[in-house]
Amino acid sequence: MDPAIIQTRRLNLYYGNFHALNDIDLDVGEREITALIGPSGCGKSTLVRVFNRMNDLIDSARVTGDVRVHGENIYAPNVDLISLRSRVGMVFQRPNPFPLSVRDNITFGLEIHRRGSRKDFDALVEDGLRSVLLWDDLKDRLQGSALSLSLEQQQRLCIARVLVMRPDIILMDEPCSALDPIATLRIEELMRELKKNYTIVIVTHNMQQAARVSDFTAFLYLGTLVEFGGTKQIFTAPAQQKTEEYITGRFG
Amino acid sequence: MNVRTQQRIAISVLFTCTVLVVLPVLLILAIITYKGAPALSWEFLSAMPEGGMNAGGIFPAILGTLYLVGGAILVAVPLGVLSAIYLVEYSKDNAVSRLIKLAIVNLAGVPSVVYGLFGLGIFVIFFGFGVSILSGSLTLGIMILPVIITASREALESVPRSFRMVSFSLGASRWQTIRYAVLPHALPGILTGTILGLGRASGETAPILFTVAAFYLPTLPESVFDQTMALPYHLYVISTQVPGIHEEIRYGTALVLLLLVLILNLAAIILRYQFRKKKRW
Repeated sequence: MDPAIIQTRRLNLYYGNFHALNDIDLDVGEREITALIGPSGCGKSTLVRVFNRMNDLIDSARVTGDVRVHGENIYAPNVDLISLRSRVGMVFQRPNPFPLSVRDNITFGLEIHRRGSRKDFDALVEDGLRSVLLWDDLKDRLQGSALSLSLEQQQRLCIARVLVMRPDIILMDEPCSALDPIATLRIEELMRELKKNYTIVIVTHNMQQAARVSDFTAFLYLGTLVEFGGTKQIFTAPAQQKTEEYITGRFG
Repeated sequence: MNVRTQQRIAISVLFTCTVLVVLPVLLILAIITYKGAPALSWEFLSAMPEGGMNAGGIFPAILGTLYLVGGAILVAVPLGVLSAIYLVEYSKDNAVSRLIKLAIVNLAGVPSVVYGLFGLGIFVIFFGFGVSILSGSLTLGIMILPVIITASREALESVPRSFRMVSFSLGASRWQTIRYAVLPHALPGILTGTILGLGRASGETAPILFTVAAFYLPTLPESVFDQTMALPYHLYVISTQVPGIHEEIRYGTALVLLLLVLILNLAAIILRYQFRKKKRW
């Protein structure tokens, strides 16, 4: 594996007195899809929120250890959160477009960062929608409300909203859990397409999804990284007994 | 007594009580409209009073009320909305913020005549603004602050957390998040609260009694340091202090005040309805 684009060493996270992540050492490879799996409450969503420092919004959260993105310690005191979060985008569990037009949803981040002139926005909106395969469906409805779209379209729109910021890492926190199985498969297809240009970390409680879509899989249990390896290996020849018990459905 | 009779009695009692609640409202509206409507004319709305209030119009009082309400809004909206933003978006849940919230709730319960005395003490005398539009507006503004803060807080809190999350995750600062992802969606609710405050401010007599209201002025006010006539106070004076005022003029004044408040509240209701209709998240 190439040098890791995200690297954690002895990462610990506490919510008040609760020890949510315990000595996590993880390397996420560039332009790979890394899946985080594990039972509810194992810390997988917490871990993914370390990478764009969204845990900062929780008052009681405290992080120790080393987290590097592109070799830069993102918990160093002088880190620019704004530039970190535009490099590390996030897609949430429920599709959450703003109750604005399709176009305004995509330009939201661009407006905030005053990136490019308004004239360029047309092209950027088209690019964004094309990369999530929505352009043909929506090119005549750019001014229509984003809330009138189907859930799958809304989630694609949320992905496009992240893509126009030109991140190199996209974090996805159970991006398909609100979608039906067919929409889920189509989003997975999109993820494989996006992998050519982006590094993706996906949290999923759906083991089949992890097996279908990811290159590497990390299994977390009670805040500890139990096993990390190639997805094929994890699902066919897990080294840890706990991993085997989880993927064969004996608990979780 | 069988079940059916009990049922019938229960329904009649409940129905009677309900009617008794509606009746006063209808009677007030009916009597004031019936007795006041003959006085309504363009002249009544647009002319200066004449002949010891028994002729001419009530234009200075209408204008004065609009000035006072406008002034109160200028004071209360920026102060109220900004402090609501602080309370909802920035302050942590600790003793201080709970104390502030408690103070706001209590502010809402203070009788309006106490606001009047407060305004007299602080603005008229201590700051030396005199009995003036400025003093009256500030007093009314403080009186409607709790209405505006409470409505603004509710509006801000009803904006889903996910909007803030998305905005942060796209690299927005806290202020940008408030400015672009929260405020636009809270605005209709804030506006509704503002209009309710307007309605309240336009009808109150006690707060303006000591701080601004004049019974009769031969000219319109020219600056914020002038006194002004105002509808509620005018109504109070011509109904109780001056003998021999024609009944239709008294009721006409009441009708104008009632219509003003009614129109403001109606606007608030329509706005809120539009807001709810659009809110689908």
